[in-house]
Formats: sequence, C-alpha cells, structure tokens
Amino acid sequence: MTGGGALLGSDRCRHAEHVMGTVVSFDVPARAGEPRGPAGQIGGPLGQAVRWLHWVDATFSPYRDDSDVSRFGRGALPLADCAPELAEVLEACAAISARSGGYFTTTPGGTFDPSGYVKGWAIERAAAIFTAAGSAEHSVNGGGDVQFVGSRLWRVGIADPLRPGRLALVVAGRDFAVATSGVAERGAHIIDPYTGQPPAGLASITVVGATLAETDAFATAAFAMGAAARDWVESLDGYEAFAITAAGATWQTSGFGAYLG
Amino acid sequence: MRRVILAVTGTIAGLVALLSFKSHVPSIPVAATTGGSGSSSSSSSSSSSSSSSSSSSSGGQTTTVPGEFPQGSLAGKLSPGETAVDGKAANTAYGPVQIQLIEQNSKIVKVAVLVQPANTLHDIQIGAFAFPKLISETLTAQDAKIDAVSGASYTSAGYIQSLQSALDKRA
Repeated sequence: MTGGGALLGSDRCRHAEHVMGTVVSFDVPARAGEPRGPAGQIGGPLGQAVRWLHWVDATFSPYRDDSDVSRFGRGALPLADCAPELAEVLEACAAISARSGGYFTTTPGGTFDPSGYVKGWAIERAAAIFTAAGSAEHSVNGGGDVQFVGSRLWRVGIADPLRPGRLALVVAGRDFAVATSGVAERGAHIIDPYTGQPPAGLASITVVGATLAETDAFATAAFAMGAAARDWVESLDGYEAFAITAAGATWQTSGFGAYLG
Repeated sequence: MRRVILAVTGTIAGLVALLSFKSHVPSIPVAATTGGSGSSSSSSSSSSSSSSSSSSSSGGQTTTVPGEFPQGSLAGKLSPGETAVDGKAANTAYGPVQIQLIEQNSKIVKVAVLVQPANTLHDIQIGAFAFPKLISETLTAQDAKIDAVSGASYTSAGYIQSLQSALDKRA
C-alpha cells in the first residue's frame, strides 16, 4: 500500500459500478483504485468499496432467494446465523420506523424487505472506506442518493420529477448527504403502509442531512407521508427537505434555504 | 424560494418556446416529416446535419441555444483544447437519446445530439420542444458545475443517467 498520502491532491477518478439494481457512481481521488490486480482489476479503497457493495447486494437483496435477507424473511435462517450486519440493519430500521410513526417499514410490500435503509447505509459505508484510506474529498452516488465527503462546496442537481430530463434546482453543501424519493425512481415502488396504496400528493421529495443511511430512509418515509412530511421533517434536527407536489407546486422546510446552490 | 419561482417561470418560457421555434426547426425532424420517402429524408438529414455542425464549429465559444443544437458527433471538428465525451445511449419516453458533451478547461462549451427519436409526427413535435430544453438544462447544470444528480424520473431516468454517465467520464 502507498498510504493515505496517495489519496490527497486534486486529480480525480470517476467510476460507475452496476450493483444493487442501479448504478453507483464514485467521484474519488485519482489513485483510489490502485494498486491494480494482475489482470487490471480495481484495487485500493475503490476496489474495497466495490466489493463491499456486491457483498451487500448478495447478502441483503430481497430479489435473491439465497440472500440472508430472503432466507431470514421466510424463516429459513435464524438471525444469529445471518451476517451480523443484518442485526445492525434491523435495529436501525426499527429506530427509523419509530421516528417516522411507522411510515418507514421493513415490510413495505408485506414481505421482509429492508432495502429502504440498506441502500443508503451501504453507500454511506462505501464513502467511509475512502475516508478511512486517507481521502479527504469524495462522493458516492447510489442511483441518485449521494453521500458527499469533504469540506468543499458540493453541488448536486435535483431531477425534476414532472419534466423529463430537467433539473428542478441545485442543492449545495459540505460533508452532507442528499436523497430523493419519488414515484419516478422505479415506478410507484413506495407504498403508504397505512393505505397499501402509492402515496398521493408528492411527485418527489429531497431530504438533506449529514449521513446517507438515515437521510435516505427519512426521504422514503417522508414520501410515504405526503403533505404531512413537511411538519415531520421540520421536527427532525439536522434534516431539511424540498418537495415537488404532483400538481407542480413546491414547498421546503424552514432551513432548506441554506442548501440552495 | 426564489429559485422555485424561476423554475416555474422557466416552464412557461419553455411552452412559449415550443410555439415559437417549431416553425424554424429546419433540421432532421422537419425533413423526416415532409420526406415521403426514406431516401429523401435521410439525405436532408445529412445535409442539415453537416451545416449545423459547421456553423457551430465556426463559433467555437458560442453557447448552444434552443433550436440550433448540432446534430451528430463533433469529435472530428474540435478546436484545440476541446474534448468530446459521449454519454451512454439511454431510453426515454421519447425514444433512445444519446448526447455528446464538448469540454474545454473542464467546462462544457457545447452539447451535440448523437441519437434522438424522430420517427413519428408526435415524436417530432415533442422532440422539437424537448431537446433544446434538455440541452439548455444540461448547459445550465454545467454552468453551475454540478457534481452529481439526485433523484430520477421514469420518463427521464435514461437521460439523467446519460448526463450522470457523461459526468462520470470526466476524469
């Protein structure tokens, strides 16, 4: 290993990895993928992060019959025999479910599926791998949910859910996370657990916070709440939100202005 | 809140633009509409393509404006210091889209359309409206130097991914 010093400096590297049913984009120091393997495989912290994400996919995907999550969900594998990270995820999910009045749930479609937390958590952890390796400036974008690390001002375009291909606004911040939930991502995949229907009212909601695991889960819960999300996010310390309603109106929480680019 | 108002204003301006520049979009879409035979439309396409490309390369520093975006790759017509970055082809509600960003000093100075849908009259009308808007938004986003894109839309996921993939290729 060349040590953390190799990860300082302004040269950058971008890498896009297809994993977890989406594309994860890395914006990391130029040498984060080194040293390469004998066949040119990505090494270094970038290789470690990519392997981590594929491990998360294999362990936590509800779409793979042999994943720990699938086997635990159908009662075929006790929690004690699952990857220890599953217990950690369950604990975090329970806390977020309680904080969101049940709008965040690990059984969105009736069966066990903690994906609403796992993706953001996995991306946040992937970003932490670069920090641990000595990088002071990097971002990891998990299909639109982004963890930014570094004291410079990061700028992120928020897709307009009502106008194809266009950005609604630019959000800017330092050392922060941005997550957007909406009907748009993969069809109407978020269900209001109280009605069993896709939530009415919001086209998308963007939540900003310090770390992506909670920020992303809060965005999912907030989207399920619809209009009630405004007061709820307002009540959360350290989180702000911007929403676009199905009718094209917008609202934002009182501190969101600090993040306008 | 000011930005929100600007975004809504932009929408209205976009609709006005639809009405006004539909009459003077001279390139591929119109040729495809009026060309009764495939051959005439394709020859129209190539001539309009080359003329728009040359006009844009003669003014290397000009910003692409609605209705005047170049069709086809500019890779062979770059000025010194410019590099071309192709986005991945992406499926949108309008059909496949692929864009190319021309960069100079890490700033996007031009956007070209490599692939766009232009099959039916319906597509053409949408395309005439949507593409200049997509591209002007791309330039706006790049002028703002965004690092990433958050969120997506099922009708535009492909395009956003294409923009993100072009961003990803900026080393």
